[in-house]
Amino acid sequence: MNIDFATAALYLGGFLFAVGVAGVLVRRNAILMFMSIELMLNGVNLTLIALSRTLGFEAQVLVFFVMAVAAAEASVGLAIIIAVFRHYEVVDVDRVTLLKW
Amino acid sequence: MITEFFFLLFAIMAAAGAVMVVASKNPVASLMFLVLTLFAVAGLFVLLEAHFLAAVQVIVYAGAIMVLFLFVIMLLNLGHDRSDLRSMAGRVTAVVAGAALFAGLATILGRGAVTEMAGGMGAETVRAVLESRGAMGAVADPLFRSYMVPFEITSLLLLVAVVGAIVLARRKAP
Amino acid sequence: MVVASIVPLSLQAESAYVPVLPWLILALPLLGALINGGVAFLRPGNTRLPTVVGPAAIIGSFLVVGANFLAMRSVPPETGAVVTLWQWMSVGGLQIGVDLGFDQLSMLMMLVVTGVSSIIHVYSVGYMREDPGYARYFSYLNLFVFFMLVLVTGANFALMFVGWEGVGLCSYLLIGFWYQNSEYASAGKKAFIVNRIGDFGFLIAMFLVFVHFGSLDFAAVVEAAPATLVIGGGVVTAITLALFLGCAGKSAQIPLYVWLPDAMAGPTPVSALIHAATMVTAGVYLVARTSVLFAMSPVTQAVVAATGAATALLAASIATQQYDIKKVLAYSTVSQLGYMFLAVGIGAWTAGVFHLMTHAFFKALLFLGSGAVIHAMHHAFHHTHRDDDPNDMRNHGGLRRMMPITWITMWIGTVAIAGVFPFAGFFSKDEIIWASGAYGYGILWGVALVVALMTAAYMTRLMVLTFHGDNRTGADAAPHLHEVPAVMWVPLVGLGVLSVVGGWIQIPDALPVLPGVHVLHDWLEPVFHPASAVMETRGLHAAHESPVGGGEALWAGLSTVLAVIVILLTFRALVARRVEPADAPAPAGLAGILYNKWYVDELYDRTIIRPMLALWRGCWRIVDVGVIDGTLNGVAGGARLLGWFGSLFQTGRVATYLFFFVTGVLVILGTLLW
Repeated sequence: MNIDFATAALYLGGFLFAVGVAGVLVRRNAILMFMSIELMLNGVNLTLIALSRTLGFEAQVLVFFVMAVAAAEASVGLAIIIAVFRHYEVVDVDRVTLLKW
Repeated sequence: MITEFFFLLFAIMAAAGAVMVVASKNPVASLMFLVLTLFAVAGLFVLLEAHFLAAVQVIVYAGAIMVLFLFVIMLLNLGHDRSDLRSMAGRVTAVVAGAALFAGLATILGRGAVTEMAGGMGAETVRAVLESRGAMGAVADPLFRSYMVPFEITSLLLLVAVVGAIVLARRKAP
Repeated sequence: MVVASIVPLSLQAESAYVPVLPWLILALPLLGALINGGVAFLRPGNTRLPTVVGPAAIIGSFLVVGANFLAMRSVPPETGAVVTLWQWMSVGGLQIGVDLGFDQLSMLMMLVVTGVSSIIHVYSVGYMREDPGYARYFSYLNLFVFFMLVLVTGANFALMFVGWEGVGLCSYLLIGFWYQNSEYASAGKKAFIVNRIGDFGFLIAMFLVFVHFGSLDFAAVVEAAPATLVIGGGVVTAITLALFLGCAGKSAQIPLYVWLPDAMAGPTPVSALIHAATMVTAGVYLVARTSVLFAMSPVTQAVVAATGAATALLAASIATQQYDIKKVLAYSTVSQLGYMFLAVGIGAWTAGVFHLMTHAFFKALLFLGSGAVIHAMHHAFHHTHRDDDPNDMRNHGGLRRMMPITWITMWIGTVAIAGVFPFAGFFSKDEIIWASGAYGYGILWGVALVVALMTAAYMTRLMVLTFHGDNRTGADAAPHLHEVPAVMWVPLVGLGVLSVVGGWIQIPDALPVLPGVHVLHDWLEPVFHPASAVMETRGLHAAHESPVGGGEALWAGLSTVLAVIVILLTFRALVARRVEPADAPAPAGLAGILYNKWYVDELYDRTIIRPMLALWRGCWRIVDVGVIDGTLNGVAGGARLLGWFGSLFQTGRVATYLFFFVTGVLVILGTLLW
């Protein structure tokens, strides 16, 4: 069995990303949409790591930053969900139409 | 041989976990599958010789962030089985969209342009640097030299996120 | 202010004329305008500061001009100088500097402008004493003097145009000085708009000059004109006709004279300064300044001379039937301006400028005298709470007993304008009449003679109606009539003296007994020499006989004797006649036509203004409402439709947005992969 790890990881990264997108589309619970976004981020991270073998360690630094931003985004996003829940008693994005003008 | 095995294992775990995150009805179960996926991805990071980031993935992602998610789910008492998945039409749409996206990305990869990207240091050099500097040193070097300012700004971003989260989530003063 | 360069126009540089503080001449009136303007804004009730600053700025300027005059007299006569204050604009081949030209002509004009202005400023202190807009008045008046000085000193067309427009602006501001009265404000607008028609001509002329000479400097144009243009050619005719259109607007000639009589809505000292003595003579000055160009175009010369004569006749005829004392003087001004254009039209530039100068003296005197009368009448009516018209001569009569100084000085002005020997008007007007005959313009010569007699008649009528006969003011108001204060009659006396002696600087050789004096002619000779040279190449020479025979001395004597006879006859005829009351119906017949000013305003209204209004109303309905508004509303409607369509996607549901977002990503991805 002879697999090129990098190429396989690139395909897997693309798959994770696509699943994340499908998850964002199919879920109504805001928290689960967030989790799907985490999946997409992981797909990207995996892609970057796979490419770091040819492109150098800057790619890994980028992954590091992505993780930091993901942490910030998760904390703020979840805080928003809590605030919204307090007001509407739901986390269903279909029933929170704040963006309508 | 053994590495190939583990690579396949982690890859299947990651892919299956990801699908289950999206597909399972219970949010807590979804979250557990997400943790599984993250662990598997961390394993892949090891196999791709990004040891430091594998550790960070486990500690920060699977540890801290996922605990945060779990905490919120529990706090809002969402751990029941009532599905939040969309109707069949919505599911089909989502699957088609995901499949189309993957097909597109796979096409790009299949053309070989990305995998043959050159101009970097190359696999041999990467291995040599890892030998001489160690996993952490290899990442720390560019991080604290070329990317010093973004790094510091990231710390600022996290501080803002912490303050923002507190402001958003706290109850209004009585 | 930095004087960048002073270029003597003479070749003998060692004895060249160097201007003395040239920028100060302009800076003082401008400074006065700014200070008075500041007072008008901040302390409108303050009269002490404007009283000092207003006249002092002009008198100071006059003194500097006087010093320059003496400096210029001490050097050979052909020397002038151009002072470049700074470079104004530099675009491609067009170089325009803020150049002040100091030559004999502009020096004479500066003397007249600042001198008469000084007198009128002093007079204004008394006349405007009780006006709430006192500071504003002096601000405008100082500003006017500044722009007038820019006009006469501007050494290129562009700078002169700045002054040209500036005096127009001040004229507008001062005609509409009492802007609360909408009729006065409309008179200001009329003056401004009619002047714009003339300005159009000025601009066209300026463009043509630049195209053909590559420069706008007067010196360069005068020097290059004989070589560049063909005598009698189309180009020079076009330039000079366009220039004359500008002059007709500014100097109130047919067909653009209609604004000047209405300009009498302004305060009377303004009428004296702007609409009689200085600004309206700017057109004459422009023709004199570009005399070379006019000399090269026989067609334009004929047009200018004929227009001048026609205007003189028309205005004089209207003046005979007006009852508003200022209207009579206004039409008299138009008529005298006609004389000046007759002079510069036939090539007697010195005579034109001469008449410009003497006219400035006696017409300012007459206007200030009428101002004194109006001032007294206004006070009398004010005391008795009557709202009759203080300008209407039918309300005057017999004022000589109440206002003896005004009476005597106005008689001096009257005989001066009538051309009676030895007053100023005799010399200047006689020179014009003689020149028009001597250059062979027989008809114009006859018209000029007739107009001179008409002038004597209508001025005598004005004097009789105002000062002689019985008083018609009314028994209640008459005791309140009295002579104006010294601050107003002293200027009258000063101008009276000038109206007597002002003509003595130029006495023809032909007159018997008197010595020939050519001070003015010699003084202006360097300026008009190029034009005279052109006239000589055209083979034009002044004859020594009038068109019907007889020499200059005979006709001069005849005209003065006739003028005296006309004055006496008119006096005799009118002094005993009963005067119609002010509310009498308009006279019938020829008198009615004259009373209604030949219906020229009505003619313009029917033939120009109403068709224009109709045209523009059509434009408004079709172009504005239909095309422009339609387009705008259409665009707005389209945008609204687009917005409505877009708002369909704004469900407020994240899922919808995500769907479109992902679809968009997929489409882009697909396009990239295609």
